[in-house]
Amino acid sequence: GMRFLLLFSRQGRLRLQKWFTPTPEREKKKIIRDMTTMVLARKPRSCNFLHWRDLKIVYKRYASLYFCLALEDQDNELLALEILHRYVELLDKYFGNVCELDIIFNFEKAYFILDEFLMGGEIQETSKQIVNRSIEASDMLQETMEEYMSKPAF
Amino acid sequence: MSPSVRLQEMIRVIRSARTQGEERGVIQRECAAIRAQFRQADNGGRSHNLAKLLYVHMLGYPAHFGQMECVRLIASPRYSEKRVGYLGAMMLLDEKQDASLLITNSIKNDLSHSSQYVQSLALCTLACMGSAEMCRDLAPEIDRLLRASNSYIKKKAALCAVHIVRKVPELGELFTPAARSLLSEKNHGQCVTRDTHTYMPDLVQIMKGLVTTGYSPEHNVAGISDPFLQVRILRLLRILGRNNDAASDAMNDLLAQVATNTDSSKTAGSAVLYETVLTVMDIKSESGLRVLAVNILGRFLLNNDRNIRYISMTSLQKIVVTDHNAVQRHRGTIVDCLKDPDASVKRRALELSLALVSAVNIRSMMKELLLFLSSCPPELKAQAACGIFNAAERYAPSQRWHIDTILHVLTTAGGDVRDETVPNLIQLITTASDLHCYTVHKLYRALITDISQQSLVQVACWCIGEYGDLLLRGECDEIEPVQVSEDDVLDALETVLQSHMSSPATRGFALTATMKLSTRITDNVDRIRSIVSIYGSCIDVELQQRAVEYNALFKKYDHMRAAVLERMPVIDKSSPDHSNGESGGGALKEVEPPKLKQGEAVTAQEPANQVHDGDNSQDGHNTLMYSCDNLGSPTLTVYEKNGVTLKLHCHKQSETGLTVTLTASNSSDWDMSSFTLQAAVPKSVQLHMKAPSGDFLPARGTATLTQTVLLNNPNKVGLQWALWIRMSYTSQGSAFQDTMQIDSFPGPACH
Repeated sequence: GMRFLLLFSRQGRLRLQKWFTPTPEREKKKIIRDMTTMVLARKPRSCNFLHWRDLKIVYKRYASLYFCLALEDQDNELLALEILHRYVELLDKYFGNVCELDIIFNFEKAYFILDEFLMGGEIQETSKQIVNRSIEASDMLQETMEEYMSKPAF
Repeated sequence: MSPSVRLQEMIRVIRSARTQGEERGVIQRECAAIRAQFRQADNGGRSHNLAKLLYVHMLGYPAHFGQMECVRLIASPRYSEKRVGYLGAMMLLDEKQDASLLITNSIKNDLSHSSQYVQSLALCTLACMGSAEMCRDLAPEIDRLLRASNSYIKKKAALCAVHIVRKVPELGELFTPAARSLLSEKNHGQCVTRDTHTYMPDLVQIMKGLVTTGYSPEHNVAGISDPFLQVRILRLLRILGRNNDAASDAMNDLLAQVATNTDSSKTAGSAVLYETVLTVMDIKSESGLRVLAVNILGRFLLNNDRNIRYISMTSLQKIVVTDHNAVQRHRGTIVDCLKDPDASVKRRALELSLALVSAVNIRSMMKELLLFLSSCPPELKAQAACGIFNAAERYAPSQRWHIDTILHVLTTAGGDVRDETVPNLIQLITTASDLHCYTVHKLYRALITDISQQSLVQVACWCIGEYGDLLLRGECDEIEPVQVSEDDVLDALETVLQSHMSSPATRGFALTATMKLSTRITDNVDRIRSIVSIYGSCIDVELQQRAVEYNALFKKYDHMRAAVLERMPVIDKSSPDHSNGESGGGALKEVEPPKLKQGEAVTAQEPANQVHDGDNSQDGHNTLMYSCDNLGSPTLTVYEKNGVTLKLHCHKQSETGLTVTLTASNSSDWDMSSFTLQAAVPKSVQLHMKAPSGDFLPARGTATLTQTVLLNNPNKVGLQWALWIRMSYTSQGSAFQDTMQIDSFPGPACH
């Protein structure tokens, strides 16, 4: 299963962190530091896989963002690349030509989308359409509820 | 109006901060405002405030004061607030915080909410940070959802169940029946979310369906129907077939079909093939299938995508031992990957190549490996050198080839080899007695070319010192001899002695070699005498001591000089785990001649050993403290703590027996009474302790205690002496106790 997913910029600024196993705060900070240092130090034409402690790290750069996924020993690295790609596709469908700024200013949305695609360290839904539909429905529910609550109760 | 405007405004302000300090200021202000807002009554902006706090948290600032707000928001009836509340819970709460327990009830309620999106929030959060307690509490709810709800919720409940089972394995049984029924449903999403109790024929059916019949466009990735699902199923097959012959048989055909039919032109297809290979290797597959899998890996090695090359190598490395022959077939491609531009691929190629070396291919493989060594990245040099040495040692077709190979490595990567290389090579050279002439010629040539590689220079000096006469003779069978004069040789050694590049150890080698030549040359002995006397006042203490000793050998002991400096006998390779711990200790042992006759004048032997010790001692590596007294029969300090010093002096009595004397002294300011020593030995050794000289150890070292211990190893098993000593005494009214282990005994007389 996957252990964590990190998104960070080329300057090492964290944009998203998803932890699939309980990790203490101090440990999270250390891992983030280690990952950003390691991945940012990679030469441009290296392969996308690294070894760190007992985990396999799969990373891929999309424009100005690095996507970094930690796998357990039994997991399939090539598939992990596909997972990252699928997540980017989902973001792109939602935001339309997604860029780093979208993820900065709408980080909660990025999380909500992720939570429809992956859960508990495993892939939750393999259909792009179903994920998109779920997010749209949730968004509508949010607005509907807000309208409802802001209506004066007579 | 977009609900996130206030959040985005704050983000904009933070990002416009020009320095770290400015950013900290902005964030402190914002956090203060957020805290104030949290304390206020509900004003419709709660979710925005929490979202702001979560952003600040992501930048690395503390946000623990938001934990209770998460709990509050989760309990809110508004979906927008629940959504952010649950997100906050996943980010700020982990199972260690008390606050996480407080949301258990909210989660329970939300699991029965009328809206599936609310249920989904609860499920997601539970799967993310649910503690064991929470899992136990809520497991029945999850089970209910697994059975009775729609497919959207079922798949989430299933994943949540997976998390629960990982946290609390006993609950796995609770979910088994529900899991079984999930499998028979066709929904892709649910298929993905399997746990490990599954039913195989159904899986095979589904897999077949995916591979052969049509596909649904929404699951398609680059022409491969739902690769995520395929990989999942393969993974499960792997688990099922792992130690199960029957299961493995049943999935044979399917795996072969997937292996041959999957299009590997895009990564998605390669991912599926890769998983297939992993599965085949892990279950009890028949050999034909395994060969098929290895061939897939071989094809991957030729792929343009370096990621695919890399994972192919890591997989091959895992199976190189079990499927050695199959992997050997791809040896050529693997060796080519040594030239791959990617550093990770190179590293894997090196490891794999070393694993593939065999007696049959040693010569060709070594050519490639040596070529690699001369141009490989510096971080791989040490590993390559080490691997080459191991391979050479195991499969060397001839001694000359072996020596040549080691010399080649020392010339190209001498700085990256381990310290044992020098004594190991020396030992190898002595055993190749018919090659002494060849070796010394070769090393002399190497020495006059380049004196920067310390290991090479050390071996060369030793060889010249030892076999200098062969060098000067000017004739050699195996190699074109060099016409060398005595002055030439001494020049070479003096250059090493004087060079800034030579390490202190290397200079020691050179000085000793020079001394040894005094019995092998005829004309220039005076030159040697003057070199030796010059170094008698060298600043380096080690060199000075040697020079002084050699001087003594010239002056007072000249009648012994020839015997002391004569050719060394063949050195036995010492057992590799003589537990001295440091390579220095091992080296010392290697140099000692195996049998010492007690009859010979002890005085003659001691200086000899001192002379030869120097050749192979690793300065600074030896942790044992050495002090020589009584003409060099050594005493070892085995314990020094709290003012108590215990020294061990050993002398051999017979072939199988050893006598050890322990001397204790007390340097503290307080007397020690009831001082006792107890000893234990390994099973093969007999122990006899003589009466100690006393049990009172006065302060400030005014007197010592001695105790003699007799050890006997009648079977001569391994002849490894080991002694455990327990010391107990009373000092200042308190009792003290300590234990120590001695597993190496000093001095040549003990072996």
